[in-house]
Amino acid sequence: MNIVIFGATSAIAQAVARLYAKDGANFFLVARKGDRLNTVASDLRARGAQCVTTQTADLTDRAGHAQLVALTASTLGTIDRVLLAYGTLGDQRAGETNSALMEREIHTNFLSVASLLTELANVMEPVGAGNIAVIGSVAGDRGRQSNYIYGSAKAGLAAFTLGLRHRLAPRGVSVTLVKPGFVDTPMTEAIAKRGPLWAAPDRVARDIRRGLDHGVAVIYTPWFWRWIMLIVCAVPDAIFRRIRL
Amino acid sequence: MTARPMGDLHERHDYLAWGGLHRFRQRIARPFFIDELPPILAARGNQSLLGSGCRRSYGDSGLNADNILIDMRGLDHLLAFDPTNGIVEAEAGLTLANILALARLSQNGAGQWFLPATPGTKFVTLGGAIANDVHGKNHHAAGCFGNHVLSLRLMRSDGTVLTCSPQENAELFKATIGGLGLTGLILSARFALKNVPGLWMEQENIRFATLDEFYVLAEKSYGWEYTVAWVDCFAPRQQLGRGVFTRARHVAAPANKRSNAPASKQLLTIPAALPNFILNTTTMKAFNTYLWYRASTKPTAEIVPFEKVLYPLDSIAHWNRIYGRRGFFQHQCVVPTAYAKEAMRSLLTEIRSAGLGSFLAVLKTFGDRPSPGMLSFPMEGTTLALDFPNTGAPTLALLDRLDDICTNAGGRVYAAKDGRIPARKFQQGYPAWKEFLPHVDPAFSSSFWRRVSAVSETGKAA
Ligand SMILES: Cc1cc2nc3c(=O)[nH]c(=O)nc-3n(C[C@H](O)[C@H](O)[C@H](O)COP(=O)(O)OP(=O)(O)OC[C@H]3O[C@@H](n4cnc5c(N)ncnc54)[C@H](O)[C@@H]3O)c2cc1C
Ligand SMILES: NC(=O)c1ccc[n+]([C@@H]2O[C@H](COP(=O)([O-])OP(=O)(O)OC[C@H]3O[C@@H](n4cnc5c(N)ncnc54)[C@H](OP(=O)(O)O)[C@@H]3O)[C@@H](O)[C@H]2O)c1
Repeated sequence: MNIVIFGATSAIAQAVARLYAKDGANFFLVARKGDRLNTVASDLRARGAQCVTTQTADLTDRAGHAQLVALTASTLGTIDRVLLAYGTLGDQRAGETNSALMEREIHTNFLSVASLLTELANVMEPVGAGNIAVIGSVAGDRGRQSNYIYGSAKAGLAAFTLGLRHRLAPRGVSVTLVKPGFVDTPMTEAIAKRGPLWAAPDRVARDIRRGLDHGVAVIYTPWFWRWIMLIVCAVPDAIFRRIRL
Repeated sequence: MTARPMGDLHERHDYLAWGGLHRFRQRIARPFFIDELPPILAARGNQSLLGSGCRRSYGDSGLNADNILIDMRGLDHLLAFDPTNGIVEAEAGLTLANILALARLSQNGAGQWFLPATPGTKFVTLGGAIANDVHGKNHHAAGCFGNHVLSLRLMRSDGTVLTCSPQENAELFKATIGGLGLTGLILSARFALKNVPGLWMEQENIRFATLDEFYVLAEKSYGWEYTVAWVDCFAPRQQLGRGVFTRARHVAAPANKRSNAPASKQLLTIPAALPNFILNTTTMKAFNTYLWYRASTKPTAEIVPFEKVLYPLDSIAHWNRIYGRRGFFQHQCVVPTAYAKEAMRSLLTEIRSAGLGSFLAVLKTFGDRPSPGMLSFPMEGTTLALDFPNTGAPTLALLDRLDDICTNAGGRVYAAKDGRIPARKFQQGYPAWKEFLPHVDPAFSSSFWRRVSAVSETGKAA
């Protein structure tokens, strides 16, 4: 099986990759930092991956996307699975007073991902096979004062992903939207993590692999976030305004 | 919510050791890739540093009060695995549980790769296993974990990275194995797995009525790879040292079982600290008496998954919480063969007369393979491990007497289990500590080390 991961140094992405490595998959890994990529590559090889290719790229650089996707396809031959995992959890307060920061956040988490997806779709559509998963977030389900910049980017990504799914479904390419809740990773390191809502990357990775392999439309992980978000979204505005979430 | 700047440190009060006795304020760094370490070292200011793993050590040897702890669990990458020769190279945060899972997948022709030595829990990191030079139930056959380490990479506080092995930086290698994290940060290590016929074990349980019988059994069982005994600390005086002897060896999967022993499931999680009164002398005595009478008077033999033999406690997550919020003490000592039997008798007598009991007492003979580290705990002799609910002064006084019995018999106490031994007794038990001193990184320290390395005005240990 041939797998491409954008943001391969992400903790969640690594946990997913390890699951596929066990089965002897081939990988094309993309991330910004070369030495970290090398570490991830040797980890996957030692865990059973066959062929691992790495490529450094700043994925906010939209101009490089077409070439990057072409390189992916020529390296792997067929693309069976794609995981788009990169993202940033920027400083919400800073983004409120500095619109350039706000824009950067939306660029990284939405525009650049949409651009990559567009290039990928155009390569995979003619082949008519392959499964794509995009990591969104429960933060995209309802805008909240504490992180609506990040949340809005993930919300945009959700609409984009589902639309692309709709477009590609008849062509045999599936697109999955993954919505994790709180995951204990470097991204959330600044937050005090305690309590039953926090999940380990391994836990989330198992759900992602299952959803990706079966081409499920939307997965909440762990599962209970579907119900939490159902409630969060159902709270009337008059009440929501008074809760600091 | 903000993303994390490099070299970020967070003040935390909930980084406890397994015994839950010490509640310290520490600044925590949690790197996920090695390039994050230099900024952490640079951010230390005038605070000292200490590497940290799964915190399965019981006392303060893995803690650094009012200073910095570097939680190494995020550095869990495998760097290389050679399935032909069973050589693993991995970052220090990888756990033995992870390594077992990997070995489980790699059938190697005739058999299976397995850990060369393992403590009684698989939830320890490679770095922690090296820094305490841990031993297992096969010590008499295989020595310590450090005996199987081929090389390691050590980062000193000035950022230099040294490769250490028996050939290269050999003295620093000997200081780092069993070096309690004080020589710097272990980044990664290469070690050798061993070949076993399968993931099942043939296990025999044999009840013994006295300490003498234990020694006879230990002698007779030398050919068994794994041996250990549980002792009943509440036994009547005439049956002092009664218990159950367990011996086991690896075997291929029995015909009616799947070739890979099923990974054991977590049976139970203790969700929060139980009330302190749950474990008291009455309940502990009842439990131990039950264990004694449950054991068959005739030896029993069975074929079981290896987890059942090696990790009986791992099936209950957070079992340490049964001791409640007051926490508990472990005491593990070793006494050289010549004085061992007599010392074990004195230790058990002392515990009996103190009336404090020990919930679980474990007795084992160590073999003659020299320990590789300057401060490694094991020596040829007998080791006794005990745990006591924390009742304050009476418990401390008893532990003090146990220290005396063992150090006076030429033995010593295990740092991984300790949280209170005075400097004098530590230094007496580990005469090589002076030779170890020059290898300590000047920016590394621990709460344990500040206590046991203290020297009084007269030049004698405090
Ligand atoms: C149920 C149970 C059974 C046990 N049975 C045994 C047994 O049979 N035999 C035995 O020997 N021990 C036993 N132990 C003790 C345990 O094996 C040791 O305490 C082990 O060192 C714990 O590893 P850890 O990853 O939790 O490290 P920690 O407890 O977090 O740290 C242990 C030491 O390693 C240092 N350290 C950790 N990582 C690094 C690093 N990367 N670089 C430098 N220093 C580092 C720390 O500073 C500390 O000094 C048992 C513990 C439990 C809870
Ligand atoms: N953790 C959570 O609680 C949580 C919850 C919901 C959703 N998510 C989503 O899950 C995904 C994975 O995050 P994670 O939790 O695994 O955190 P993580 O370990 O911090 O991973 C984020 C990754 O994104 C990469 N990245 C950021 N900007 C990039 C860029 N411009 N180009 C290339 N790579 C870039 C980072 O690489 P560098 O090393 O190069 O910076 C890093 O590897 C993200 O999309 C995140 O939004 C996480």
